[in-house]
Amino acid sequence: MVDLLIIGSGGAALTAALTAKAKGLSVIVVGKNHPTNSQTSMAQGGINAVFADLDSDSIESHISDTLRSSHGLSDEVMVSKMCQDAHSTIEWLESIGVPFSRDENSKIAQRRLGGASHKRACYSQDYTGLKILHTLYDSSLREGIEFLNEHYLLNLIVDSGVSKGATLLDISTGEVKQIDSRSLIIATGGYGSIYHGYTTNAFGSTGDGISAVVRAGGYISDIEFVQFHPTALKSSSILISESARGEGGYLLNTQGERFVDELLPRDVVARAIYQQLSSGSEVFLDIRHLGKEKLMELLPQEVHLCRVHEGVDPLTELIPIKPVAHYSMGGIDVDRSLEVRGIKGCFAVGECSNAKVHGANRLGGNSLLEIISFGKIVVDSVTKYIANSDIKPSDSRELDRDISLISNIFDFENKINFYDKREDIGKLFYQYVGIIRNENDLQKALSYIEKMREDLRLMGVGDKSLQYNSNLVDFLEFINTLELSEMLLIGAINRQESRGAHYREDFPTLKDEYALHSIYHKEDDRVVVELERSYR
Amino acid sequence: MNIQIKRFSRDRSDQNSIFKYTIPDGLTLLQGLQYIKSSIDPTLSFGAGCRSGICGICSVRVNGKEQLSCSYIPNDGDLVEPLAYHETKRDLIVDRDRAKDTLKASTAWLHDSIETATITIADEKRTELQSDCILCSSCYSACPVFAVNPNFLGPFALTRVYRYTADPREGDIKSSIDAIQHNGIWDCTLCGECTAVCPQGIDPKMDITMLRSTSSQYGYMDPNFSTMSFGFDPNSGF
Repeated sequence: MVDLLIIGSGGAALTAALTAKAKGLSVIVVGKNHPTNSQTSMAQGGINAVFADLDSDSIESHISDTLRSSHGLSDEVMVSKMCQDAHSTIEWLESIGVPFSRDENSKIAQRRLGGASHKRACYSQDYTGLKILHTLYDSSLREGIEFLNEHYLLNLIVDSGVSKGATLLDISTGEVKQIDSRSLIIATGGYGSIYHGYTTNAFGSTGDGISAVVRAGGYISDIEFVQFHPTALKSSSILISESARGEGGYLLNTQGERFVDELLPRDVVARAIYQQLSSGSEVFLDIRHLGKEKLMELLPQEVHLCRVHEGVDPLTELIPIKPVAHYSMGGIDVDRSLEVRGIKGCFAVGECSNAKVHGANRLGGNSLLEIISFGKIVVDSVTKYIANSDIKPSDSRELDRDISLISNIFDFENKINFYDKREDIGKLFYQYVGIIRNENDLQKALSYIEKMREDLRLMGVGDKSLQYNSNLVDFLEFINTLELSEMLLIGAINRQESRGAHYREDFPTLKDEYALHSIYHKEDDRVVVELERSYR
Repeated sequence: MNIQIKRFSRDRSDQNSIFKYTIPDGLTLLQGLQYIKSSIDPTLSFGAGCRSGICGICSVRVNGKEQLSCSYIPNDGDLVEPLAYHETKRDLIVDRDRAKDTLKASTAWLHDSIETATITIADEKRTELQSDCILCSSCYSACPVFAVNPNFLGPFALTRVYRYTADPREGDIKSSIDAIQHNGIWDCTLCGECTAVCPQGIDPKMDITMLRSTSSQYGYMDPNFSTMSFGFDPNSGF
């Protein structure tokens, strides 16, 4: 029985693995891909931290910017913890070799991102996530971390509310396996792929861990809050980093006019762009005036992405953009020790979790900070839990169930092509559950999703092979997104106000009685949403 | 337009065959592959991730040259194949673990971190490009050395070793240098195929040259040098 099983292999997972290993725990890291393929690689702009030796900024200011942007839905204790830990997080990343960009005094350079009162995002050009992730991976190899790649999470093994491990599908062989573990960390990323075709996220952001928690009887929260990033490329939804505006880029409409302060928080800027688009205007990002030298120095990836995916040269041309789904603020509901509500010994960290640090709208530069800072901190809780608990391995009930589950899926009728449905849901969600929502649209979307859940058995897989069956994995991911889309809709209908990224045109103002978290769980396959505010 | 895909499956009797598919114009290769999977044949297997050239999972060969599927616009008649020198698992999916094992063998990490090291803009710039590597394995697939030495450490691992040896924080350059002498920097033919295919514009050939120079500072010599013939045998007398 391993001490700690980590599901997911992005920045939060690798940080937790390294920290746990250093504390002498036995660790296995499981991922459906390979560690460097994770969503963390796509984080571009930076990681926020206030250094004590810079007097213009302060930790208090970082905390208050984060709280303000969260619109009353964050836990000040957790926000303070994260912001206070930021400096030592950067020092740790420095110590393992992350190549942060420097200023002329050989200090780590910082840039201003949207919603921030100061320049406090540390960066590596616009490859910040990539360079952090790869350095974590190199360190993991050095420390001999055990990886189980190409293993897909099926279910958590939970006995009387206590976590005992997980069942996994070995993608390379089709075998269903059980791993027994004293504790579990879920670090599986967000659910942005519900918005298939209208998201900056990688295909795999299908909320696998969040959905597994729901099936295991745990709680999730605030999933109606989905951040739309203001600037994705118009035709491909590929992200153009906020650093493009941070470095001085403009947003222009068809008339060539600026229509919004580009450095306001993302929810505000995304809505302003969406309104321009709805009124028939096009919207462009203009970075030409920054000049070739600065662009190639600070934003080389953005220049490359525009050329390849939009066919425009941002050095001389305007970049056509639209806002698309980017970040999942909600997720697995965790307490202040990052333990999952409803499942003892199971912890969640990173985008999959709702640690109440982003609230209704995340600030740029805080997601990388959260995954590294809380990736370290969560191990304290794990260590404490293991020391105080006597955990025996579970029987093979879950394994047996999941072996039948997979074999049943092969017998599904496969009359309806789920790939078409995945496209349909993406479009439907962008249109009806997007930047501007209303009761009518949300109800329409909900009936559609409910019907689709009934039709699930008419879908299925055409590929009956056991080895590397990506058709099967795609379908399992689709089932997860379908489960979460229904819950998200019920939460969005329930929240009759506008707050941060959740904007209801039928209830356009923020209401005090809704300054509460939406807590979701399932009872007999029925979705239950309750509003509450109590931090544990 | 039509594209051809070299497919492999253990389940089929004709394990290696070339299939022809018609896909809409104007898609990236990855979108084309997804079109085939969702509309024509759900068994087609390939890697897909970020769509934006940063996760490194979708690398393949097109007409013999390595490409990221997500960043390549296909032409009529293109032949798409899995990466070379990687064991094909299914269709365009290859075993990526073996290539990544070279990172361990070459100890491509920071060995002994000097916490007081000062890093200037110039220091960071020196390995900015090398640290852009996405581990797509394209360079490994393009490297002809693997045809004769499957144990060669290969371009991306050596580039990564260089990235750490050139970092002012590295307090133990010698361990890295020691690890890349056997099956490492001296096995490279400096042909530059790796440089030609890198989607990030990294130049492993130059990094290997730099590592050779550092190695000589640590007392290592090109082992090929001692076996080279210079047209005369210095030990045979005149």
